[in-house]
Amino acid sequence: MLIGKQSWAFPNKPVIAATGVSGGPFEANGNLAEDFDILHDDLWMGEESYEKAHRVLMEEAAQTALEKGNIQKEDVQFFIAGDLINQITPTSLAARTIQLPYFGIFGACSTSMEGLALASFIINYQGAKYILTGASSHNAAAEKQFRYPTEYGGQKPPTAQWTVTGGGAALLRANENEKGVIVTTSATIGKVIDMGLTDPFNMGGAMAPAAVDTIMAHFKDTNRDPSYYDLIVTGDLARIGRETTLELLQKNGLNIERDKFQDCGLMIYKEDQPVQAGASGAGCSAAVLYGHLLNQMKQGVYKKILVVATGALLSPLTFQQGESIPCIAHAVSIEMDE
Amino acid sequence: MGKKKNATPEQLQYQELEKKHEMKRPVVKNCIKAFLVGGFICFIGQAVSYFYIYFFNFTEQTSGNPTVATMVFFSMLLTGFGVYDHIGQFAGAGSAVPVTGFGNSVISAAMEHRSEGFILGVGGNMFKLAGSVILFGVFSAFIVALIKTLLIRWGVI
Repeated sequence: MLIGKQSWAFPNKPVIAATGVSGGPFEANGNLAEDFDILHDDLWMGEESYEKAHRVLMEEAAQTALEKGNIQKEDVQFFIAGDLINQITPTSLAARTIQLPYFGIFGACSTSMEGLALASFIINYQGAKYILTGASSHNAAAEKQFRYPTEYGGQKPPTAQWTVTGGGAALLRANENEKGVIVTTSATIGKVIDMGLTDPFNMGGAMAPAAVDTIMAHFKDTNRDPSYYDLIVTGDLARIGRETTLELLQKNGLNIERDKFQDCGLMIYKEDQPVQAGASGAGCSAAVLYGHLLNQMKQGVYKKILVVATGALLSPLTFQQGESIPCIAHAVSIEMDE
Repeated sequence: MGKKKNATPEQLQYQELEKKHEMKRPVVKNCIKAFLVGGFICFIGQAVSYFYIYFFNFTEQTSGNPTVATMVFFSMLLTGFGVYDHIGQFAGAGSAVPVTGFGNSVISAAMEHRSEGFILGVGGNMFKLAGSVILFGVFSAFIVALIKTLLIRWGVI
């Protein structure tokens, strides 16, 4: 149901039945290693190329979600997912393996919430009984496409971010008046915001205004205020983006407590890992939300969270042609239904 | 920064706000690290150069080529074992400017694109970073040589 200008409410409360999270070696050494279902100790994951390893991440996350949800693949209607690589081929190749009717979506690092919002909407209106949705990214595959070869000795500035090697998938299903399940209750779809920043080594700074726009729209549309949520978590704004967003929100008259406003890109790695400003990538918000954050919700740490996944919609071509970085953010509210 | 010209006041205002939160590159520290690491690489290069002069029939003029080849070989090993990118993050220009950095840019690109085959992958992408160094290096050498030739011909030098 449309509420306000750009938000959906999900009165039938689609259930996040199960999730699967896969990751690479850098994530295994990170802060949230216990929340991953599958961790690889090698970036190649037994494949011949990074892109193929990327596909494996998505496949494993999806398979794990199905297994943990205790459901046969034949009972799932749709697979909605995406990634960062040209023409989202890793996800499409994973969809070839999974053999489910497939929506391939691209929202850069906001893909996870774009998928979750669409899946929730479809389930809410009985468009499907079960939907599998997710996102993934692979550090070396993303570096190869967007930046330099993996072994190239270029110096990254302190504003740069580290692309997560990981995938996260969630299995959504229709709610049969259950209690004590994790549900999605609303979503806000963002518009593309471009504040003229051109530095691809500073994504957080470019994406912050998009996050602010979507968060403001969410609270306006839903008539809620920040105290409604136990946690507002952004996808991959990292250090600069988070600080900038906090300041902008305050300027817009929205006061959020600092420790209630977190960022997945600052949670996944340890302080001493050399990731500069923090983590990024389509797999960042997917892995942290579908792993760590939902585990925390199950343990009762949080009851209501708002996840705002941010994406920088640039390509190496647009950057080289001098275009500034167009950014987007999508928000989904996730609640423990009691 | 031609792009800044077309920025709206709103964009400029935001860019100013955002700038405050950016971590600055530690320029002085980076310069010192680059100086030390770059100097150390050149020190090794000098040692290799003397090695060729003392143990083989090279002179100070002719020892350059085998020295460069040896340094690039070292750089290849370090790149292949995944060490050079860490040196690069630490040293910045210190490891990028010497010939080892040039070697690293070629070798890392070749390794990266091996998965696309030898012709289109390795062959087509090997010089994607180093290509512009070669092009503009050769071109500026040509211009400098041209100026020198003209000056000699005109009797200026």
